[in-house]
Amino acid sequence: MPLLQISEPGQSAAPHQQRLAVGIDLGTTNSLVATVRSGVATVLPDEQGHALLPSIVRYLPDGRTEVGYAAQARQADDPKNTIASVKRFMGRGIKDVAHAENMAYDFVDAPGMVQLRTAAGVKSPVEVSAEILKVLRRRAELSLGGELAGAVITVPSYFDDAQRQATKDAAQLAGLNVLRLLNEPTAAAIAYGLEHAAEGVYAVYDLGGGTFDISILRLAKGVFEVVATNGDSLLGGDDFDQRLFCWVVEDAKLPPLNARDMRALLVKSREAKESLTTHAEARITARLSGGDVVDVTLGAEKFCQITQTLVHKTLGPMRKALRDAGLGVDEVEGVVMVGGATRMPQIQRAVGEFFRRDPLNNLDPDKVVALGAAMQANVLAGNKPAGEDWLLLDVIPLSLGIETMGGLAERIIPRNSTIPVARAQEFTTFKDGQTGMSFHVVQGERELVADSRSLARFELKGIPPMAAGAARIRVTFQVDADGLLSVAAKEGTTGVEASVVVKPSYGLADADIERMLRDSYEHAKDDMHSRALHEARVEAQRLLEAVRAALAADAALLSAAEREAIERQAAALAAVASANDHRAIKQASEALNRATEEFAGRRMDAGVKRALAGKRIASLDL
Amino acid sequence: MQWTTRVNEAYRTLKSPVQRAKYLLEMNGVDVGFETNTQMPTEFLLRQLELREALAGAKQPAALHELLVQVRREQRLLEQGIAQLIDGRKDYAAAAGEVRKLMFLDKLAGEIDQAYERVE
Repeated sequence: MPLLQISEPGQSAAPHQQRLAVGIDLGTTNSLVATVRSGVATVLPDEQGHALLPSIVRYLPDGRTEVGYAAQARQADDPKNTIASVKRFMGRGIKDVAHAENMAYDFVDAPGMVQLRTAAGVKSPVEVSAEILKVLRRRAELSLGGELAGAVITVPSYFDDAQRQATKDAAQLAGLNVLRLLNEPTAAAIAYGLEHAAEGVYAVYDLGGGTFDISILRLAKGVFEVVATNGDSLLGGDDFDQRLFCWVVEDAKLPPLNARDMRALLVKSREAKESLTTHAEARITARLSGGDVVDVTLGAEKFCQITQTLVHKTLGPMRKALRDAGLGVDEVEGVVMVGGATRMPQIQRAVGEFFRRDPLNNLDPDKVVALGAAMQANVLAGNKPAGEDWLLLDVIPLSLGIETMGGLAERIIPRNSTIPVARAQEFTTFKDGQTGMSFHVVQGERELVADSRSLARFELKGIPPMAAGAARIRVTFQVDADGLLSVAAKEGTTGVEASVVVKPSYGLADADIERMLRDSYEHAKDDMHSRALHEARVEAQRLLEAVRAALAADAALLSAAEREAIERQAAALAAVASANDHRAIKQASEALNRATEEFAGRRMDAGVKRALAGKRIASLDL
Repeated sequence: MQWTTRVNEAYRTLKSPVQRAKYLLEMNGVDVGFETNTQMPTEFLLRQLELREALAGAKQPAALHELLVQVRREQRLLEQGIAQLIDGRKDYAAAAGEVRKLMFLDKLAGEIDQAYERVE
């Protein structure tokens, strides 16, 4: 009989009461997973206690992947296969990627999204993101002890339809049930608003690794209403690293660098940037592969100077958002800072100057988004606690329209419309006897289609032949609560509903997803293996601790030889536990259990004796 | 989802003065007729020309901001007038004329917004 652990009656939670739901912040630089437990939102750390998971994926030639700190440590050695900041490539084509020439990756220009050639084959940003999500999913399931009912995944509020679709696809690939795509500033506002019971107009300034969002929200009586949002989905802390990197190359007069050196210097630039938040000076030293040594120092002021234009780039969106909200800076109650990059002193200063008040930094800028997402997930999973009632009203960031004659973009749904929203527009035929119509759906604020983001093209076939201008085709645009668009068309005069096919310009075709899922099954065995290994290790750890505690309490019950035998088995288990053979760990655990059976028996007897000592049978409640 | 969409539609309609006015007029059988009724008082049209000229001449965000403030002021005045006509006098026909003016100004405000994209 193994050592027993008996819990207090009533302490184990009823399994059907709480549905396990999490919030996931899939960030450019770091990702997190959080959940609401006993009414409190908490970030779930990994086994080493780290809350943040670096959004870095390394592909090994045998198809295995390393995600997080392990991959981060090797990025300078293996730059082409270690993908960082993949969020910047989601839903983007090669021409959208800024500084592509300074990145060490092997880009593949594909008609869908840009792809990356790695040692394990060509990977789409969706697959790479899915690897990160898989790790977080496993972490959550192990931590919470069960399968997840669903997850809320956050996206920058300025993400367009293509970028959102890509994120949803990645989550699907990782086996997650997406409860909602939630905008990052809104998530932060929830966490902040609920924490401080805030009321009034608040701005959220969210500068992450690769994206910038500014959202203006009205918080009133439990309603979180986004009034306007704006931003730049290609501006973030990474760009500050790039600027510093370029300065180093110039200042040290370096020759063209190879991939390794580029990545190494970028990493050093980032470290310097972070150091300058709290130090007046930072030194960048590196030994390049050619043998050259780089040794430059720069002061905080210089850094400020060379990155001034980047800071300035955040001002335009802030002005636009306030204009759209019909508000002045004085009407904003407070501005909440979100994202690691907001730690930079020049950002704090610029925001303070713009809003004429000190920015609010009370919540951890790295964790606030995940916490807000967890709170929303808790509600959507059906766990809403009584008395805590709040409502979220979010908006689409960019206008949605259709291409009309002359290459013009006609707006059907204006930006900052509260979602979900539906709008219909009537179209008619241009030629006599026309039986088909093609539609080009675009997103953006510009007048010309050429300056807008192309979302989808679709065709309506089977229009009955009529005179030009006689047909009545009603096209309905529907944006759901995730901010995703679907379009339907119906011919009215004859009541004919014709089939419509929406082909996403930057989405994944179903065939692609199928292929990826198939590929992931091949690696599922590895996944199961690592899961089994983790479980075996956790069990071994628990057992060793129990034995240690038992020996500390009741070693007197054992002879010296017996004690030695138990300790030998424990040592054997401890030795095996750090290796990779989960079967060996299981065997060693069982051996230790068997070795302590007799001891457990004696402890029970002793325990009972102690409890009954000096008592009369009549006085016991039997 | 259908219901949520409709609720948002209702909220949007009620939040916007122009939409709200149009809706109230519709409920009382009066169609604003923005596309069909093109007759506007001369004074109003001259004022619109003035504002549009100012818009064309604005090359700085500051100038656009000035213009926007003016337009907003005139919109507020019109809204007050419409409120009196609809809520007070129940003169829906007269209100329709004023709502058309407001829609003109809304369109102008939209163009000022577009102009920001060009000069900022």
